Amino acid sequence: MNGKVLITGPTSGIGRAVAHRLAAAGHNLILAGRDREETERIVTDLRVRYDATISSKHYEALAFESHREFLDSCCAGGELNGLVMCHGYMVEQTLTENDFRAAATTIDVNYKSYVSLLNDAARYFKQRRNGFICVVSSVAGDRGRQSNYTYGSAKAALTTYTQGLRNRLAPYGVSVITVKPGFVDTGMTWGLLKPQSLLVASPERVAVDIVRAIERRKDVIYTPWFWRWVMMVIRLIPEGVFKKLKL
Amino acid sequence: MRSSELHLGGWGNYPTYTSDVYRPERWQDVIAVVNEADASGLIARGLGRSYGDAALNQDGGILLGTRLNRLLDFDSHAGIVECEAGVVLGDLITLFLPRGWFLPVTPGTQYVTLGGAIAADVHGKNHHCDGSLASFVVDFQLVTGRGEILTCSREENRDAFWATVGGMGLTGVILTARLRLRRVPTSYIMVDYLRAQDLDEVLGHMDTSDARYQYSVAWIDTVARGGALGRSVLIRGNHADVDQLSPAQARNPLTIAAKFKVSLPFHVPAFVINPRTVGVFNNAYYAKHPARQGVTCDYESFFYPLDSVLNWNRVYGKRGFIQYQVVMEPDSQHRGLIALLEELSKQPQASFLSVLKAFGAGSDGLLSFPKPGYTLALDIPNSGPESIDLVRSLNRIALRHGGRVYLAKDAYLDPHTFSEMYPQSERFKEIKQTLDPDQHFSSSLARRVGLVENS
Repeated sequence: MNGKVLITGPTSGIGRAVAHRLAAAGHNLILAGRDREETERIVTDLRVRYDATISSKHYEALAFESHREFLDSCCAGGELNGLVMCHGYMVEQTLTENDFRAAATTIDVNYKSYVSLLNDAARYFKQRRNGFICVVSSVAGDRGRQSNYTYGSAKAALTTYTQGLRNRLAPYGVSVITVKPGFVDTGMTWGLLKPQSLLVASPERVAVDIVRAIERRKDVIYTPWFWRWVMMVIRLIPEGVFKKLKL
Repeated sequence: MRSSELHLGGWGNYPTYTSDVYRPERWQDVIAVVNEADASGLIARGLGRSYGDAALNQDGGILLGTRLNRLLDFDSHAGIVECEAGVVLGDLITLFLPRGWFLPVTPGTQYVTLGGAIAADVHGKNHHCDGSLASFVVDFQLVTGRGEILTCSREENRDAFWATVGGMGLTGVILTARLRLRRVPTSYIMVDYLRAQDLDEVLGHMDTSDARYQYSVAWIDTVARGGALGRSVLIRGNHADVDQLSPAQARNPLTIAAKFKVSLPFHVPAFVINPRTVGVFNNAYYAKHPARQGVTCDYESFFYPLDSVLNWNRVYGKRGFIQYQVVMEPDSQHRGLIALLEELSKQPQASFLSVLKAFGAGSDGLLSFPKPGYTLALDIPNSGPESIDLVRSLNRIALRHGGRVYLAKDAYLDPHTFSEMYPQSERFKEIKQTLDPDQHFSSSLARRVGLVENS
């Protein structure tokens, strides 16, 4: 495939796994992370392992006004063929209930920063009339549950935004993929999930699904696959019953 | 940093404890976890392949290093790889064997992290030629108990280097290391098999002809007694050259064709392994291996026969097994080894997959296991108190004959026996004290053998 792929959140569990998968498939990558040293370690890791051209850029999700310049600099040395957005922020739900700053950061990182960068990216890809935008949302956005609804509401907004974006860019040959992972064993969820549970998938497993969805120009995927059916059942429960459940 | 409360054991499934497990993704997380470690201590853990309690910490913290597995540099001229300590040896093989480089030393499984391998100063079938892993470690970065990152090599921070190599994780967390790989022409080994009818014969072969082989190990029948005591099959080999391969193999001499691996879904009932079944197995194994010369063997079958069953430790059932490895000082009449084998053959417990090997020179690692002599490794199914009694009596025999037990496989040494077997442990404690004055690093093993005082 021609052009480079830009990945945000490359130090996250899913971001790193997707970067490995894409680099192994021969894509050239730009890794956009906040922590320069850690991002650079992932760059060297990919360079040693795969015969791919990898570079890094500093990306500050919450510095919204810097995003346009950031994207311009990513396109400077050759065209971008795709964008994969994996950065995220999750803390215990109770913290977001008791400390508004935690709630605000949850919304800012998981929703506002996506809108900010995606607005600029949409303009770029629309003009280019080719390429893909892959956004990692979450099953948590499919229905608000008491255990995780602040994070879930930001992801629900993101899911709705990407729906509209897909609709807008479809005539221009740009695919927009919404990824809804279930429980994934990453640094973000460590200590919040039971890693041995059968419901918890490895980030490597999820990355296989994500790259396949990009290649097949899918619209919405659940990963692992069974979450589509799990969430269908969860969405079908009447609200009167659902509000009494402990989920 | 958030932790996860997990119930963990070693590869021998005994003992098991619940610990707060941290799994850092970044270097700054490692330092934060080390700085926050309290009196109950912290121990680094990789893939959990040590058999006993080396990577366990009852009521304490565990730092799981598996996510710090990034490669940071490869010098393709010198064959030196720099990587984080959570890199798995098997990953280094799949990455570098197709480029003509192999691990300089490998233990019997490829599913160990580099950090764990350094901490146990692992050895392989080439110990008689090449020594332990320490011989090939150029340097490493260690996060000490003070939260500092210390570069350690033979020249720089020498004491920390030799305390950490074989130091079972008690000097700090190894963050990165540089390892010198070995150039190999193919991914195959040319193997010679030789049968020996008793202990004298097998040791005689080792003494006279091991030098011709880079790799040498003997499967030994620990059930056989009397005149057949110590009957063995010697398995020795060298890296094959391309012109020694068949035309089909020579087309892709550095292949790493993945072998089919099976997984045991549950623990095998304990009664399956008993002296009679093991006796049958051992007779069949001995009969199946007449002397043969120049058999080409792929690297996985030669180095990692057990890796083809991913969780082979379940073969021994839920009660697990005791893996026992000892090195005995050389002695013209082999009194120590004979005493060990006689003790084993008169016990009702049975061990299959027992292995005998001649070690070369030891390393300078203060707690490194290998030293000149013969090492015997065996599995004892855990049948309760009598198994533990057997281990204790083996330990007594070992101690009497200048022997020493491998810490990565031990779960039963007491402080007195340990300090007799490891005479440099006092020196180790002094160096640990300077690197880790507040005793941030501790493990169940460290407290059991008295390397760290119970707090």
